[in-house]
Amino acid sequence: MNREVILKLLKSPAQWIEERTGVVAFSAPLLFHHVPRSAKWWYVFGSATLMFFTIQIVTGICLGTMYAPSASNAWESLRFIDEEIPFGWMLRALHGWSSSAMVVMMAIHMLQVFMHGSFKFPRELNWITGVFLLLTVLALAFTGQVMRWDQDAYWGLGIGAAIVDRVPVFGDQMRALMLGGPIIGGETLNRFFALHVFILPGAAIALVGLHMTLIIKNGISEMPKPGEIVVPSTYREGFEERMKKTGVPFFPDAVQRDMVFCGVCLLLLVFLAAYYGPFGPGGMPDPTLINTNPRPDYPFMWIFGAVSLLPPASETAIMLVAPVVGIVILVAVPFLANSGERAPSRRPGMMLLAVVVVMAIVALTWEGVTSPWSPVMDGWSALPTPTQFVKGRTPLQMQGAVVFQFAQCRNCHELGGFGGKRGPALDEVATRMSPDQLIRQVQQGGGNMPAFGKNLNSAQMTAIVDFLSTLHPENEADSAIPGAQLPLPIKSPLTMNTVSSGAETPAGIHSR
Amino acid sequence: MSDNTKGETKKEGCVGCGCGGGGGGRPAAVPQDARRGFMFKIGAGLLGIGGALAAVPIVGYIVGPARSRYRNQWVDLGATTAFPSGQTRFATFLNPIRQPTDGDAAKTACWVRCVEAGKFQVFAINCAHLGCPVRWFEQSKLFMCPCHGGVYYQDGSRAAGPPPRGLFEYKWKVESGKLLIDAGRLPGLEESV
Ligand code: FES
Repeated sequence: MNREVILKLLKSPAQWIEERTGVVAFSAPLLFHHVPRSAKWWYVFGSATLMFFTIQIVTGICLGTMYAPSASNAWESLRFIDEEIPFGWMLRALHGWSSSAMVVMMAIHMLQVFMHGSFKFPRELNWITGVFLLLTVLALAFTGQVMRWDQDAYWGLGIGAAIVDRVPVFGDQMRALMLGGPIIGGETLNRFFALHVFILPGAAIALVGLHMTLIIKNGISEMPKPGEIVVPSTYREGFEERMKKTGVPFFPDAVQRDMVFCGVCLLLLVFLAAYYGPFGPGGMPDPTLINTNPRPDYPFMWIFGAVSLLPPASETAIMLVAPVVGIVILVAVPFLANSGERAPSRRPGMMLLAVVVVMAIVALTWEGVTSPWSPVMDGWSALPTPTQFVKGRTPLQMQGAVVFQFAQCRNCHELGGFGGKRGPALDEVATRMSPDQLIRQVQQGGGNMPAFGKNLNSAQMTAIVDFLSTLHPENEADSAIPGAQLPLPIKSPLTMNTVSSGAETPAGIHSR
Repeated sequence: MSDNTKGETKKEGCVGCGCGGGGGGRPAAVPQDARRGFMFKIGAGLLGIGGALAAVPIVGYIVGPARSRYRNQWVDLGATTAFPSGQTRFATFLNPIRQPTDGDAAKTACWVRCVEAGKFQVFAINCAHLGCPVRWFEQSKLFMCPCHGGVYYQDGSRAAGPPPRGLFEYKWKVESGKLLIDAGRLPGLEESV
């Protein structure tokens, strides 16, 4: 047999299939469409997102073969996958890490498109399908957290339910619709399961298809150059001409960079998954185990931060309206600026906006992680009083230190760098407040502090204020007013209070 | 493609009517366009009615839980002697409106405060802010919330932090030495004190 015959033999089945499916004719434009020569490393993030999405589908299907979508044994089935099934833990780790990676890649991809003005004519719908993809992926991330069915999942659902409950008029019905009943239970998990494995992936696949079709139809945008202005009436012709002249085929020219970048991402993913392992599951989803500290997953940390920092008076309105406004603005982006300059240097306002949004999300995420507004629930029992605050103190002051510890003050106040951050650190409180002011603050609360007047007897109050008066830098007198005599022993703090100097609590000292 | 055109020419009037061209070979009594329009309307009508009928169970199934058919029920928290006067104690119960697949999630916790003998306050575990589980601190007589720092006094009233109101309270009664509370639905804004 000569070469010709072999080639023909090889070719004929391929031809047979092609004649009947048209698969090559269909996918050729996907592979060989021309992309701008200038499309360099900036353009790899979309491909990486798609790769992570593919990994999610594959690992998700694998997990679906073992996961028990039932509130009575979901948690146990995850433990079983982690501990008994060969590579089970690794699959869960890949699924978890790839989900975070997908959110991150998507955010970078979106930021790049925004900064390069690639959403302008004729790619408005590329952007809008992208926005809906982002929302779908975030919904997948949230429902995925519910799939873990641990304490974070349970209380996270509780928080979601409480937010939905605040919707005017229909709140109660919407909450029931979300939870699938009057409580967080079996129906809740199964509702979120249906969303996580059927509805949302289906939507995501459809949107990815649409997004890709639009990429083929409208082409990949060129790197922006200052002065190259998008004029909708002439853009298409000019773009097509430039592609013909200077464009390169996606395969095999442009794809090499995507391959290298995706390869690096994939290696990193496997490393992270193998080294750090799966996410959770955390504590058992038993709502009577209340020693828990519910926190959302990272993609939602900034929302947790924002919700915590909202002023209570307007938080309902903001929590319900802000997401809608945010989505409307994102969708509106290409219509607000659909032509003109694309170069970042010619769009300083937009760049500033992007920087501010990114910084806000990073800062809120940081706030969410450190959550200074949360009391350290075991601060009073777990954190010893640092010795420098009790060394050389009188018995009464020592007694005060004990009361200070015992009354859970440390849950909200730091001493020597340890304790809650909800209230101010008290290391040097005596330099800010006189004993009178201290008594008043402890008794009546204020700012954001509860009143302790009813819970401490006068002996305890005397002791604690005597102790607090010693909290100042070394070699300073035991009082806020230099040289002033301490009004000790305090007979009855209750009467002390009424005759106190009238000095107001320094403004803002307790408000965060 | 070529077969199709042949068919069209052979059996006039049958194009697109869905009869597959085999409609008994009857010659077209009505003009082709009018007949197509008629069939289209019939088809749309049948699909519309069928779709609406099928949608009733589908929508009803999904929105069923939103039509509140769940009523709270009286739940036994045990003998009142388990709740000494002047103290606040942790209590748990099985939710009376649980489903077979709820698992541990049907367990529910609450805080029982015995104000004085025979007088109680029973607080939901859920913070009135966004529902996290509040914890009782006997020494400072405060409830604290781990999520956003809500704090409540021992009588459930709001002391500090973002909660817009005091803790949710269950209705209670004492019957033959047992403390009963009216519980079931997840506490929310609908359930006020
Ligand atoms: S849920 Fe308790 S303070 Fe927010």
